[in-house]
Amino acid sequence: MGVNMNSVLGGDGFITTKLSAFANWGRKNSLWPMPFGTACCAIEMMGVFASRFDLSRFGAEVARFSPRQADLMIVSGTITYKMASVCRRIYEQMPEPKWVIAMGSCTCGGGPFDSYAVVQGIDEFLPVDVYVGGCPPRPEALIDAVMKIQKKIEMQGAPLV
Amino acid sequence: MSLDLHVVIDALKTNLPDTILDVKTFRGETTLLIKKEKIREVCHYLKKDFDFKFVVDITAVDYLEFKRPRFEVIYYLHRFGPEFDENMRIRLKVEVSEEDLKVDSVVPVWSGANWLEREVYDMFGIEFVGHPDLRRILMPEDYEPFPLRKDFDVRDREASKKSFERALREGE
Ligand code: SF4
Repeated sequence: MGVNMNSVLGGDGFITTKLSAFANWGRKNSLWPMPFGTACCAIEMMGVFASRFDLSRFGAEVARFSPRQADLMIVSGTITYKMASVCRRIYEQMPEPKWVIAMGSCTCGGGPFDSYAVVQGIDEFLPVDVYVGGCPPRPEALIDAVMKIQKKIEMQGAPLV
Repeated sequence: MSLDLHVVIDALKTNLPDTILDVKTFRGETTLLIKKEKIREVCHYLKKDFDFKFVVDITAVDYLEFKRPRFEVIYYLHRFGPEFDENMRIRLKVEVSEEDLKVDSVVPVWSGANWLEREVYDMFGIEFVGHPDLRRILMPEDYEPFPLRKDFDVRDREASKKSFERALREGE
């Protein structure tokens, strides 16, 4: 990336960069989360969205309840097998590129529920990018996960089209 | 006049003879063991004559090898007395054997029993005769085992996985 302040070429200056770097820069600073909250962890996620922890500082405050307008799925809460197919479907409805955060012990590996109904980790059916342990994790931990997603977008990016 | 549970039990004994098999009181809670065939009649009587309007819960127990018959279905009924000391709670039990997993539904008495009986059916496989819509309520509809039975391994996820995969295939 280079900055040119040459007043002959437009006055205010301009930046040269790669198109993909520019797109990823935009993506990482305007993540639109799809909150998939099914249990107690969702309360902590709401805390992250609200003013005390304020995810909008990271450009990710526009929680979209429509998967078609979201690119970051935050799965927070116990996922049962009956819910898993719904979760998977919603994930498939999200447009590319998309990322997934598994928030809480339940989504990472079943948590306290080693039972006949609960999925032992959502990576059984979803490609998870960042796992956040804890029961529930502190809001800071979720913010850290979002920052890790941002880093991942910056470093790996995603195809432009 | 305050109403006593003894009055209720005596009235049951005179009006519906041979329905109560056993009366137990433990820590101030009264449990009546009712003949299985008579459960709907008893419930209807308790609602009509003694105003037990509220079916608090219906549940079941699986005793497996500890007791014959194997299952018990349990009804918790509540009466909102006009006076504070006329509030009353009673517990009814019926015994259900493994060979004949059928009980009369009490939905005709309290429509609130609908989902409660569906849950008992879902978890224990006890069939409620006369229930208007006896489907599974918590587990997927094509799920096969009855998970709260004591001979079911609670960590057995195979049946859940099968239902999940079918739901994925059929896009539910
Ligand atoms: S990880 Fe803990 S807090 Fe989070 S949904 Fe599971 S049980 Fe609830």
